[in-house]
Amino acid sequence: MKKYDAIIIGAGHNGLTNGAYLAKAGLDVLVLEKNAYIGGAAISRELQEGWTYSSCSYMSSMLRQAIHRDLNLSKHGLVLVPFHGMVNYGTNGEALLDYSDAGVAYNHLRKHSPHDADSMFRFQADLARYAQLIRKTLMRTPPDPTSFKPRDIKELLWMAKEFWKLGEKELYEYMRFFTTSAEEFLDDYFENDLVKAAMATPGIIGTALGVYSPGSAYILLHHVMGDLDGNSGAWGLARGGMGAISNAIAGAYKEYGGEIRTNAGVDKILVENGKAVGVVLENGDELYANVVVSNLDAKRTFTKCMDKKDLPPGIYEKAENFKIRGSSGKVNIALSGLPKFINLPDNRFINRGMQSLVGSIDTMERAYDCWKRGRFSDDPFVETVIPSAWDPTVAPPGKHWMSCFVQYCPPVLSDGGWTPEKRDAFGKTVIDKIERHSPGFKDLIVHMEVRTPVEIENEVGLTEGNIFQGELTIDQLFFNRPFPGYAQYRMPVKNMYMCGASTHPGGGVSAACGANAAREILIDLKKPNSVPEDSVYDD
Amino acid sequence: MKSNSDMTAAYIDEQLKETHFHPRSSKFNVRNAWGVWNGFKFADYYYDVDFEYFCVRNSCGTYDICPMQKYYITGADAEAMLNRMVTRDISKLKVGRVTYLCWCTDEGRMIDDGTVFKLGPNSYMLTSGSPCIAWFKKGAFGYADVKVTDMSDNIAAMAFQGPTTCEVLKKMGLDGIETLNPFNFRHFPLNGDSDKKLMVSRTGFTGDLGYELWIAPEYALELWDALYQAGENYNIHPYGELATGMVRLEAGFILPGLEFNEALKTVRFEHDQTPFQLNLGWLVDFKKPHFNGRKALLKEKEHGPEYTLVKLDIDGNKCAEGSYLYNNEKLKKHIGYITSTMWSPVVKANIALAMVETKYLKGEIWAEIYYSKEMRPHLKVAKCILRTKPFWAPARTRAKPPLPF
Repeated sequence: MKKYDAIIIGAGHNGLTNGAYLAKAGLDVLVLEKNAYIGGAAISRELQEGWTYSSCSYMSSMLRQAIHRDLNLSKHGLVLVPFHGMVNYGTNGEALLDYSDAGVAYNHLRKHSPHDADSMFRFQADLARYAQLIRKTLMRTPPDPTSFKPRDIKELLWMAKEFWKLGEKELYEYMRFFTTSAEEFLDDYFENDLVKAAMATPGIIGTALGVYSPGSAYILLHHVMGDLDGNSGAWGLARGGMGAISNAIAGAYKEYGGEIRTNAGVDKILVENGKAVGVVLENGDELYANVVVSNLDAKRTFTKCMDKKDLPPGIYEKAENFKIRGSSGKVNIALSGLPKFINLPDNRFINRGMQSLVGSIDTMERAYDCWKRGRFSDDPFVETVIPSAWDPTVAPPGKHWMSCFVQYCPPVLSDGGWTPEKRDAFGKTVIDKIERHSPGFKDLIVHMEVRTPVEIENEVGLTEGNIFQGELTIDQLFFNRPFPGYAQYRMPVKNMYMCGASTHPGGGVSAACGANAAREILIDLKKPNSVPEDSVYDD
Repeated sequence: MKSNSDMTAAYIDEQLKETHFHPRSSKFNVRNAWGVWNGFKFADYYYDVDFEYFCVRNSCGTYDICPMQKYYITGADAEAMLNRMVTRDISKLKVGRVTYLCWCTDEGRMIDDGTVFKLGPNSYMLTSGSPCIAWFKKGAFGYADVKVTDMSDNIAAMAFQGPTTCEVLKKMGLDGIETLNPFNFRHFPLNGDSDKKLMVSRTGFTGDLGYELWIAPEYALELWDALYQAGENYNIHPYGELATGMVRLEAGFILPGLEFNEALKTVRFEHDQTPFQLNLGWLVDFKKPHFNGRKALLKEKEHGPEYTLVKLDIDGNKCAEGSYLYNNEKLKKHIGYITSTMWSPVVKANIALAMVETKYLKGEIWAEIYYSKEMRPHLKVAKCILRTKPFWAPARTRAKPPLPF
């Protein structure tokens, strides 16, 4: 029976990245995927002929440039295209625009509030300062603060040095920032409710927290941490949809000799004498490997794919209690034409990028209240993007597709389980909200895919449909991710590792989790490191 | 103080010229970002440099090349005269073909590069970035039947580049455009009217799929309108000088004033370049009869050029703007300098063209990069890797017919 050097469960972008770096180091690697297609939550799917949806994740900013360059993802077809035209809508349809030209953006902001236009400079500088520090940790293995190993001590000292560089005042601010709410954090800068609401949106995306919930300020940072070709916080579209990222990584992985098997869901991780030795597929096949890597979320890995008896005491319970609450839905819409939004000049840039239907701080909090009560929000926060306005490959000429990220949407409804009818009602709520901002929108709809947390869990495998494989709150970040004591990608069973977003640095299409895990696996196998250093240290 | 209208009149002679497409292109120039090229008002960019760059790499864009010099060289001796002037053998060039070439001084130093179109048996069109009419008129001396005509203002020209260009031209009604192969050109009726002859060449300065469109000035705006109508759903947009500077570097193409100093404008001894130094040795054909610079170039070929223009992939993401190059990390021996550099958004690499002393090409190359963090200068010493192929050369550029975008 063949024995692989490594088997990776889940062909999401982190699993593929992990595979690419293990294969690059010369290992014989197999990636297993339950679906007929690869990509996990970074996929491009043609559900309506002629239209290519990025069904799950829909924009790219966090993908580590060092990995993109090192794996030569461009050669494997990946092009990230920036887009323009960000609009935030207030309760009464008032439009707050974000222009790519700084001078123009400033002029516009002044129309809403001269105070906030000035404050924006300080806000951006503060965020950049926080982001810069966190960014440096993305491709580093979190140190274990209780360990006396030289490597951990060295890493802790490095961190201390980096923090100390902030200066005393900023150190305090930083601590506050990690624990405060997005709303309170923004209160210090802005007076205009729409400006505040617009800036607060990244603080709730993908998270079962509200704008007033402690911890939401950090989530805000997580979303502006990325950059596109040096433009900090900028977001781009993957040409051909987000699947282009997974496909390009898969291309690099295969070039290094890696093997992918689709339609190969894993039923159990095989453990013998306290060591992971392989996997049993859903069809009963057994596959063996020296190392087993799970790209599934922590809850799914330990409670679905492992036997409680194979785990040290307490781990199963930790996984059970891992905070991975689903909070968002996704609606993908094929359109027969370009929707026109209200209160906007009719130019090709501002009318077709991203429309953030935020309302107000109050609207957002009320939307969260619904979630708490087990209902989808009746007036949800919707972030729509029209990738086809920038990428000619994802819709027929003159036609478009719109990605709608919707918050909040609970995985379990208080009035019983999700049904197709309830799913459609959720979709209708979203469409109605867009129609209010874009009269005539409904008439443009050709096809629509509505995804509640249930669909996301069933198709992608993310528990509760949580897009980050576990919430990004301080209790589950850095050396606490996924659990305290297990943040270095090694799991409690020997020869078993995790490489998904449940590990540091968490959710987002960064490929950092997969690469970091590969580095740790190679250390254990006494192989030379194949993972590049991040490119952020000169910044 | 004079009134505004008086002011305009007083400086009327100092206004830059406007291209044939100006009435349309200027509408796109939202930021009023005008530069100058050969006396013409010329856009550095229109709306946003990155957007325009991505038009070329992702959809399609137009680049106004009206200011480019265009000369007709006609007559029974046209071929002989041109062959005497340029380093490449154009006697093999067929009607309907275009070729890239350069011309040199007697000392083998490059005056300029450009393209030659063979319009008919005794008829050529030569294009160049800078005016060269005097040089070619001088070259015509002694030939009985050759005429050099400056057509620069009489032809409206526009580069149309990017992956969706073939599709848009098809949509514009250019039947059979997909059968037009690289470095070929053909005439098409504009808007179905055979009197409005539109010449289309599959050429460009971007390294991507693309075309150049040539038409009589009176139809320039009609061409613009037809093209922009056909391209509406393909994100058509004009791109300016800055985006051109980016895409041409990714393609490995050279520019005067950066990679080479035009020989006729060079003051200091050998501060100009030879084709061999510019890695354009393949443009020099010693098998053909005598041509300008032959003797000097033959000598240079034997000895090898002192400097060679190379492509570098530089560690990190700090641009090596104006950097010196060294043969080791200690920066002791200076071996060359960067000519152009950028962070490439499509390749995701820190790329550059550089002049390096040929004898050091086999060893290591290090760049001394100065960059600033909030006004404080920092030094980074970065390793450079030599690349032999263009940084960006997608299959679609040379595919026959062009691949779907």
